[in-house]
Amino acid sequence: MTLYLAVFALLAAVHCEVLFNGDQVLRIHAESENHIQILKKLERDVDSGLDFWTHAVSTEQPVDIRVPHSSLYAVKDFLKKNNIPFTVIINNVQELLVREREEMVCNAEVERQTRSFNFAAYHDLETIYNFMDTLVASHSKLITKVNIGSTYENRPMYILKFSTGGEKKPAIWIDAGIHAREWISHATAVWLADRIATDFKENRAPVPSILSKMDIYLMIVANPDGYVFTHCSSSEFYRFWRKSRSATSNPKCHGVDLNRNWNAEFGGPGASDDPCAEDYRGPSAQSEIEVKNIADLIMNHGNFKSFMTLHSYMQLLMYPYGYSGTDAPDQTELHDVASQASKALNSWHGTVYKVGSIFHTIEPASGASVDWAYQRGIKYYFAFELRDTGKYGFLLPADQIVSTARETWFALRYIMQYVCDHPY
Amino acid sequence: MASTGDLEPTHYPARRAAQVALHYLNTHHGSPFRVFGLQQVHKASAEDVEAGGRKYKLDFSVTDWASGSAGPALRCSADVLFPRTERHSAPDVKLRCEALQQINRTAQEEEAFYQKHITPDSAVSARDIPDSYGNMSEEMQPFWRLARVAASFIMLRESSENTEFNMAQVASVTQQESSEEQLMLEFVVLLHDLPSQEIVQWKLLASWSPDRGVRVLQTEWQPRCPHATKPPN
Repeated sequence: MTLYLAVFALLAAVHCEVLFNGDQVLRIHAESENHIQILKKLERDVDSGLDFWTHAVSTEQPVDIRVPHSSLYAVKDFLKKNNIPFTVIINNVQELLVREREEMVCNAEVERQTRSFNFAAYHDLETIYNFMDTLVASHSKLITKVNIGSTYENRPMYILKFSTGGEKKPAIWIDAGIHAREWISHATAVWLADRIATDFKENRAPVPSILSKMDIYLMIVANPDGYVFTHCSSSEFYRFWRKSRSATSNPKCHGVDLNRNWNAEFGGPGASDDPCAEDYRGPSAQSEIEVKNIADLIMNHGNFKSFMTLHSYMQLLMYPYGYSGTDAPDQTELHDVASQASKALNSWHGTVYKVGSIFHTIEPASGASVDWAYQRGIKYYFAFELRDTGKYGFLLPADQIVSTARETWFALRYIMQYVCDHPY
Repeated sequence: MASTGDLEPTHYPARRAAQVALHYLNTHHGSPFRVFGLQQVHKASAEDVEAGGRKYKLDFSVTDWASGSAGPALRCSADVLFPRTERHSAPDVKLRCEALQQINRTAQEEEAFYQKHITPDSAVSARDIPDSYGNMSEEMQPFWRLARVAASFIMLRESSENTEFNMAQVASVTQQESSEEQLMLEFVVLLHDLPSQEIVQWKLLASWSPDRGVRVLQTEWQPRCPHATKPPN
């Protein structure tokens, strides 16, 4: 019984922290008071890295210890030298966890398919990934789920491709969740996926006509590792995580700001070279697998006409440049489109968005997707900072998800229609 | 990079200066039932002044977050001076808002809240307000607002032209023994700085009563686990 409880605790941990490859669980059979004392001393040594699942109390009860792979030889040697018998009861902790986890996912899946999806709530990664599958199943002629590569921690990165057919039609890219703590962006993207599918199915303008001429690529979770991390615990260290979860040159600090890691003016203002900083740009442009996967997809496709990214918070609708205050060549047109889109957004609920270039409106930022996309000829680039303006900030109440998503849709719809009407 | 003369009201230099004026406004007029937020900047200009500072002149509107979307906007004007000294010093703010005196609607709620919690057996203690999902109980709202007002003292003090602070969350609130008929509250607050995107943690001790308003008695910067970046300024 205790064994399963301990495994369960590990299951919770494995999403969030370390992996347990090659770790073993040893069962110690203490035979004397002396053995007990030795084991107690070992347990008190907090630097040993040993994980005592049961404590050394008496010779009547076995003592179970999870031993990290790197310490296995030393610990077994120590036990042998002290004539303390032991057996290996779990040969590879990681394998066991994977099997248990698969079972859990399976059980949960059955549950999920019998309820309808709650758009007015924040969901974890698994639930969102399951939602994608359900959506694709209900709209299989329109939507495909594409695995565009893995994350640093080996999670799949999925996009939903909305297409009525054809080879490499001009396309629109929308991503959400590149910054993990901006939960309203993922939640909005989930709602948008459903809305686009429904509007197409019910023949509601302008979606069918847009999709007759263009494809839409929607990435609901651009930073899966970061998103999982924000769900690990209510502790602020987890919930306010922004970056990826890659190891850096500083063992105490993880993660790269995925929106400072693009190959555009990398090393410029508005990004840090300190691995502990929230806007750490990474050791080199596109060092992060998550950014590389997206960039490769877009470059290989070669026919994207618009790139939009959802963030929070501040209620802003912005366009290039991020790295410089100079006007982009298409400044006038982009400002017009953004202004009209923000009016459309405002018409739903009265929410006010301000419009301007990223550099001037929020802050200078280099290595961001904005300049990467724009410099590669994707003219219609827009970045949204969704609700609110600071009252709840990243912790936007779930009862605002649907109205936020709907007003965002009004703006997006305007932009997509415009892009469709202005081929280049 | 900074410009002198008229500033674009939607751009960040004007907005940052306006937020500083907001922090000042909240330290003077905030309460458990009143916290002001920036609605928009109408006009802004900036000029360098002698002794190496930079002064912003602002015309902006604010709303009271406590009155939800129903509340009217208040028109304000402010001069915000950011000193340019070797070691950071707090900005200086001169502020005028129309019709501030007329907002007395909250006196009853304040008194009721005060009476409820000044009793010796009141020992409020809570964490994560709001929680990860943005939930905040009705009971916690006035404490959240008090924390936001108290945090404004810190945000005002720590502000420069290169920061834009907001309160991200109240990590904890622990009521202390009342002193001199003041509610005494120990808060740990998380501040979010927009330009650096950093989350900064502060512990503070604040007092409040309807008569004396919010006062901040102690502040202490807290390193965030597991790594501690250096304290500001």
